[in-house]
Amino acid sequence: MSFELLEKFRDPQLSRKLLDRMQGELTEDLRFMEVCGTHTVAIFQSGLRSLLPERIVHLSGPGCPVCVTHESEVNAFLDLAGKDNVIMATFGDLMRVPGDKGRNLKKAQADGARIKVVYSPFDTLKLARENPNDLVVFIGVGFETTAPTIAATMKMAREQDITNLRILCFHKTVPTALEALLMDVHSNIDGFILPGHVAAIIGLEPFKFLAEKFGKSAIITGFEPLDILQALTQMIDWRNKGEAHAVNSYRRIVKDEGNVKALEIMYEVFENTDALWRGIGNIPDSGLEIREEWELFDAKKEFGIVITECPPLAGCKCGDILKGIKQPDECPLFKKVCTPANPVGPCMVSTEGSCAAYYKYKLD
Amino acid sequence: MSDKVLLDYGSGGRASQRLISDLFLKYLGNDELNRLNDAAELSMSGRISMSTDSYTVDPIFFPGGNIGSLAVHGTVNDVAMMGAIPRYLTCGYIIEEGLPMDDLEKIVAAMGEAVKKAGVLIVSGDTKVVPKGTVDKIFINTTGVGDIIVDPAPNGASAKPGDAVLLSGSVGDHGLTILGTREGLDFEAKVESDSASLNHLLVKLVQELPEVHVLRDPTRGGLATTLNEITYSSKVCCELIENDLPIKPEVKGGCSILGLDPLYLANEGKFLCILPEEYAEKALEIMKADPLGKDACRIGTITDTNPGKVVLITQLGGKRLLGMLEGEQLPRIC
Repeated sequence: MSFELLEKFRDPQLSRKLLDRMQGELTEDLRFMEVCGTHTVAIFQSGLRSLLPERIVHLSGPGCPVCVTHESEVNAFLDLAGKDNVIMATFGDLMRVPGDKGRNLKKAQADGARIKVVYSPFDTLKLARENPNDLVVFIGVGFETTAPTIAATMKMAREQDITNLRILCFHKTVPTALEALLMDVHSNIDGFILPGHVAAIIGLEPFKFLAEKFGKSAIITGFEPLDILQALTQMIDWRNKGEAHAVNSYRRIVKDEGNVKALEIMYEVFENTDALWRGIGNIPDSGLEIREEWELFDAKKEFGIVITECPPLAGCKCGDILKGIKQPDECPLFKKVCTPANPVGPCMVSTEGSCAAYYKYKLD
Repeated sequence: MSDKVLLDYGSGGRASQRLISDLFLKYLGNDELNRLNDAAELSMSGRISMSTDSYTVDPIFFPGGNIGSLAVHGTVNDVAMMGAIPRYLTCGYIIEEGLPMDDLEKIVAAMGEAVKKAGVLIVSGDTKVVPKGTVDKIFINTTGVGDIIVDPAPNGASAKPGDAVLLSGSVGDHGLTILGTREGLDFEAKVESDSASLNHLLVKLVQELPEVHVLRDPTRGGLATTLNEITYSSKVCCELIENDLPIKPEVKGGCSILGLDPLYLANEGKFLCILPEEYAEKALEIMKADPLGKDACRIGTITDTNPGKVVLITQLGGKRLLGMLEGEQLPRIC
């Protein structure tokens, strides 16, 4: 998309109009959750948060893949880093995620573990070819946005007879997690700004239950200020009329049916399974695992890794924050013990985590 | 000479001497360096600005320069930011055994060109060759000295509420070029490092303006980090207008692909100038008259509202913090 076109979605005059309209139409306090970390950052980075009416409470949901990666999963990849003949490949966001005993990948790297930060899973093919005597283990963390590319990487590896690539598959799926959130009696959410990137893959259908089953409005939304403002104004309007709908407002990118090809590739390689989410616990059918036909790529099988529940980090409120029950600055550790330099929980590590966004962008 | 740099070349023996005379003196030679004494004999008086920096950039060659030109520009600029005329540099090389001699020659030639342009002399040098794998190709340290020509010298702690904040041109070019080249990314629109010596322009500024409070080059950590350092030392707030920040569309585009923020990317040929409001226009005039400052503009104002903080007034008219960078910028997952 050209930048000129994108600029139109940042138009200050139009934004002002929508903000005024919103202010006029609000008759009660409303709590809206954006599910995707990119939205969280967009809302802060554009300064939108400082302009939203006070009656709108803006919550950041479980949509940053780093943040929802379970403590046991973090410990599992930290256990692998530094093993003989293992090269870990990862997206950069995971480098500083804290595991138990103060461990993280940055420290493991300083201790001699071979860790390569990659921009794309496809980079692992070259890495594997160049290191035929080592196992390259890619840490597969992410949602439906990331999983198809990793599936495609595995397919290419098979075509190219690359046998030393393994995927440590911790992928999660978004809609099931939203359902789990709404089942939680403490949750208090009036509407959802749905993740534009995830929706580009899975489409609108998997989100329709939000309106149909739970009576919550939900809009697939782009990442520019006008996208977000339009979604909020629309949801307020529906609320005033006593309606709830799930719609796709990001039509310049998202097709209602999603990306059929990407889904095909994803499910050729992966299948649904239960998964542990940080702060939420086990959610049935909310994860992806490697199918048996592809088990040669499965790092969990290779190394006998089993992910089990473990106690959360003491004092860390990441779980409540991911569920929209608490705001980052309501966590007793926020800014005092937990900072980007010394993160206690993952929401402070990832650039798209809500605690990191509060720390980085919010004026006191 | 061999076509690769061998350990012998750092031994201090004949091989070292050949390298010095055939390569270093050829490109960097001057009356002082040519004497090959243990130290340079220089005469300077008054207040002196002095700075040192080690250059380890990867890749060593990039669009817009190489590690050699960068090692001159970076130190010349640091010395000049104190309101000084840079005079002399020293230069230490740590070279990985096996570096192609052609590469070394290109690097030293670029240094020679850069010192000539900046009007400084390299007066002392050192070369070490270390076994393969112990450094990455070549590291260069340069130290520079210069004569401070204004009193008081510009200082990071001297920004005052009401001051105008000026920037000499677009930001993010160098950082994105390096990251893009390192990752083998071929951007559709060419991005190029802005690496350049700014001393002539800086000297003109401090000579022609009655008062300049801060001069700083936003190198590592970028514009955002440098401004945070200044607001912290000066105990003031800097309010930046997002709409006025000069970022080239191709840099914006490249950054959005890589998940980077251009405000945190290194620059090697730009500077911030913070000075009393009444001199802002004159300063911009001087900057724009020089090719290295042709895109200079005002980007904000120093205030006393949030001491120690940089506040960005966004395109939408919202306000947010522009904080310090925590560690390096890392590529994102989604």
